[in-house]
Amino acid sequence: MTTSDWPLWEVFVRSRRGLSHTHAGSLHAPDAEMALRNARDLYTRRSEGVSLWVVPSAAITASSPDEKDPFFEPAGDKPYRHPTFYEIPEGVRHL
Amino acid sequence: MTVPTAPTAPTAPTAPTASPAATAGPAGARETPEAVFDAAVAADERIEPRDWMPEAYRASLVRQIAQHAHSEIIGMQPEANWITRAPSLRRKAILMAKVQDEAGHGLYLYSAAETLGVSRDELLDKLHTGRQKYSSIFNYPTLTWADVGAIGWLVDGAAITNQVPLCRCSYGPYARAMVRICKEESFHQRQGYEALLALSRGTPEQHAMAQDAVDRWWWPSLMMFGPPDDESSHSAQSMAWKIKRHSNDELRRRFVDICVPQAEALGLTLPDPELRWNEERGHYDFGAIDWAEFREVLKGDGPCNEQRITQRRRAHEDGAWVREAAAAHAAKHGEATR
Repeated sequence: MTTSDWPLWEVFVRSRRGLSHTHAGSLHAPDAEMALRNARDLYTRRSEGVSLWVVPSAAITASSPDEKDPFFEPAGDKPYRHPTFYEIPEGVRHL
Repeated sequence: MTVPTAPTAPTAPTAPTASPAATAGPAGARETPEAVFDAAVAADERIEPRDWMPEAYRASLVRQIAQHAHSEIIGMQPEANWITRAPSLRRKAILMAKVQDEAGHGLYLYSAAETLGVSRDELLDKLHTGRQKYSSIFNYPTLTWADVGAIGWLVDGAAITNQVPLCRCSYGPYARAMVRICKEESFHQRQGYEALLALSRGTPEQHAMAQDAVDRWWWPSLMMFGPPDDESSHSAQSMAWKIKRHSNDELRRRFVDICVPQAEALGLTLPDPELRWNEERGHYDFGAIDWAEFREVLKGDGPCNEQRITQRRRAHEDGAWVREAAAAHAAKHGEATR
């Protein structure tokens, strides 16, 4: 068996308590336990994390870049969802 | 409906920003993939793995990232040569951490290369059979302890000069790997400089050892930036694609300018009688590089080419049982997700 036969895992690191897990990178490992150990050695050698997630890459469903425009289009014409859309008279505070 | 201008970033960090791919909008959405790619590169956007990209761009990245990854793991050898003979426990712990970092850098880069559709095994196989290269610098031997210091200062220093601009490379996964690597390389360079400084300020024998190491590593370090601009086959296209941001000669000049005062502070000299400040240009002038030597080493006739690849193959074969055991364990516990 070779490393290519090992599944690919995506590694997510929580850098400190109170923050969410963030994608750090990926690695190959034969199982989840080894993936965690390898992730520790690969992505937290300098105390970059207090918690790790490993997720099989194959389990991730992604939007396709080809669909980018139509897929994200619904949000494109709704600037009124942002607070800066609204004009407020000068001097009005706490708003 | 009147559509007012899009909200601005400071108060709405998630506001839609105009990207070249998106500005086309529904009406102009049927641009050719080439046009979308070119516009993204022109606008300094990042290309991501599933985007359309020219085959030559993909091939160029695979070649460069693979060579970079191979350099990281082959680069473990010359330094690992001194782990058991490090002069103190402190230096030994530092060197082990550094060599472990190089393995990590190799893994970040192999992962980046894999996003382009090549497999890890294919890359390792090409390294083991000489079909992909690694940096020539690692075909020089580490003869004394001072070489560990010289490698940290000069070889890692040259690598950093090369790599910092790669953090802005147009290909996202490569750029992200480089950000991580550059953060970690800084320790490599400083530990080397400190080790050399200790020798330079030590006994006359130690000082001579440090000087000898610098004398041997200086020219090969300058060669790390690759052939001169007018002979570099990939440079112009790589720069147009924003894979590279600066030319070989430009980076080499920058490195020389950085090193001269650092050498002075070390109390060591650089082995180039023609090295002098050029007031007019605002840079140091330096002597001609022996490109015949560079080509010789690149071709496979350097002092350690054979040894490096043999050792690499042996390490891979010796590790086979570990990979097999891990796979058997995973199969037995039914955790493999594939």
